Amino acid sequence: MASMTVQTERPPSGPAEGPSDVRKPGGGGPGRTTPRAASRAGALAPYLLLLPACAATVLLLGWPLLKDVLLSFQNLNMAQLIQHVTEWNGFGNYREVLTGEDFWRVTLRSILFTAVNVVLIMILGGLIGLLLARLGKRMRLTLLIGLVLAWAMPVVAATTVYQWLFAQRFGVVNWVLDRLGWHSMADYSWTSSQMSTFFVVTVLIVWQSIPFVAINLYAATTTIPGELYEAAALDGASTWRSFTTVTLPFLRPFLYATTFLEIIWVFKAFVQVFTINGGGPDRLTEILPVYAYVEGVGNQHYGMGAAIAVLTILILLGLTAYYLRIVLKQEEDEA
Amino acid sequence: MKRSLFGRLWPNLTAAVLFVGFVFPVYWMFATALKPTGDIITEDPVWFPTDITFEHFKTATGVDHFWTYVTNSLIVTVLAVVFSLVIALAGSFALARMRFRGRRGFVIGFMLAQMAPWEVMVIAMYLIVRDASMLNSLVPLTVFYMMMILPFTILTLRGFVAAVPKELEEAAMVDGCTRVTAFRRVILPLLAPGLMSTSLFGFITAWNEYALVLVLNKEAEAKTLPLWLAGFQTAFGDDWGATMAASSLFAIPILILFVFLQRRAVNGLTAGAVKG
Repeated sequence: MASMTVQTERPPSGPAEGPSDVRKPGGGGPGRTTPRAASRAGALAPYLLLLPACAATVLLLGWPLLKDVLLSFQNLNMAQLIQHVTEWNGFGNYREVLTGEDFWRVTLRSILFTAVNVVLIMILGGLIGLLLARLGKRMRLTLLIGLVLAWAMPVVAATTVYQWLFAQRFGVVNWVLDRLGWHSMADYSWTSSQMSTFFVVTVLIVWQSIPFVAINLYAATTTIPGELYEAAALDGASTWRSFTTVTLPFLRPFLYATTFLEIIWVFKAFVQVFTINGGGPDRLTEILPVYAYVEGVGNQHYGMGAAIAVLTILILLGLTAYYLRIVLKQEEDEA
Repeated sequence: MKRSLFGRLWPNLTAAVLFVGFVFPVYWMFATALKPTGDIITEDPVWFPTDITFEHFKTATGVDHFWTYVTNSLIVTVLAVVFSLVIALAGSFALARMRFRGRRGFVIGFMLAQMAPWEVMVIAMYLIVRDASMLNSLVPLTVFYMMMILPFTILTLRGFVAAVPKELEEAAMVDGCTRVTAFRRVILPLLAPGLMSTSLFGFITAWNEYALVLVLNKEAEAKTLPLWLAGFQTAFGDDWGATMAASSLFAIPILILFVFLQRRAVNGLTAGAVKG
């Protein structure tokens, strides 16, 4: 899902948000209907236009969400699934999940995993974004092309490529490490331990996420008015000082929004973790979405899986709400 | 302010190193796919493919059902994008152009929907689809993919619609067009770049989707390309040539779309933000 723009673009320059005048006619054909009928139709028009989108959202997003919650209160394993029986067991699944050790271990692991990735993405992406702003035209274009290529790589294709780069036999990474004098790495199996698997996944995710941050940050720096820097220079500010007093404050809202977006994306990075090593070795690299999947679909404890999913969704919902608050506040400030 | 030689040199050097770092995995994918097996399985890597071969592409596309996967992926992706564009166009027009109670609520709702944790909801979706006896069908995939890209499409198109000057529409209506014809004749043509860039991102999402199809469609006839690609390494063991050929084939359409449309898409987005 790396291919998205940050929703921090300026709000649409359409009608200003404000006390909405419902009675304002939508502009029906002149003289074809009485004004009152036209105004009633005009008042209904936006809702009718939004109806398909809302219906789709309720049916295709709301229903699965509701279903997930319902399933989480059921005892639903292989047997019940085949026989199509519904066995309610109240908070049983939640009790089992929340009192078990696994869930908390996986949650802690997810948080650490997300934190490490996001910190790396934001720092490196930010630095590369600033570098882009400083480069000459030709070099900037070159680097941009490289970034766009990494950004555009489909996730599943990127994972197979990383498996090959980090392959035990004939992988380039092991060859380079061996050449650099680290001979014990010549035949190292990167998927054999928890940390090395996480290392590969982290390199993959950071590599794919940096372009989004760097390119958007660079685009944001181009909108900083030059006069601000001139004013700072007149005041005798050093490069560092004009960076901290002009660049950084200007970019702060953008950085906030992007950080949260990255937190949300990394937290639910199912595909990378799952396709690199299936959450292994020994289920040691399962993060929450993978844990929910392996427990639910893999081990066919669907009710348990649903309960884990609901808990994960709640965490994500909290993160998302916070993100939206930042974005909406920004829209208001700009409007 | 003149910069020292070092001051001018290090950004370019860093940029060059970074360029190599970002491009290398992509390069290595294509290079491996084009090298004869003897040059792939070697103690010392062959950095540049000298005798180019297409045998790995033959192996990759020679897999049973390959063309079924291609067709499935195309059908599902294109239909999902088209449906979501049609639905989103109506909704985004209302959000960008009309005043009504609850407009802000709708916008926030779609923003929330855009962040939906689809990867985590697969269990519920599996049971819904199974109860409807629709496993191993392309229909659920199409509608769910449509939903995955719908909120983003609405929110982005909203910006593009708002960027079309209102006066153009009003002028057309003064000339006797109804609002619908004004929309079709005036706004729609101006929206073309916006439609293109939004459909690009939708296309990428649907083309890449893995978690849902993994759970829903176990039969070969209903699988899509991401499953084929992810299963490749297991099926072919250490045939890295064929695996990289498969990855290349899967990535090429996206890379082409992205590189060619990215500039236009970004231009469209900025134009949408600056104008008006």
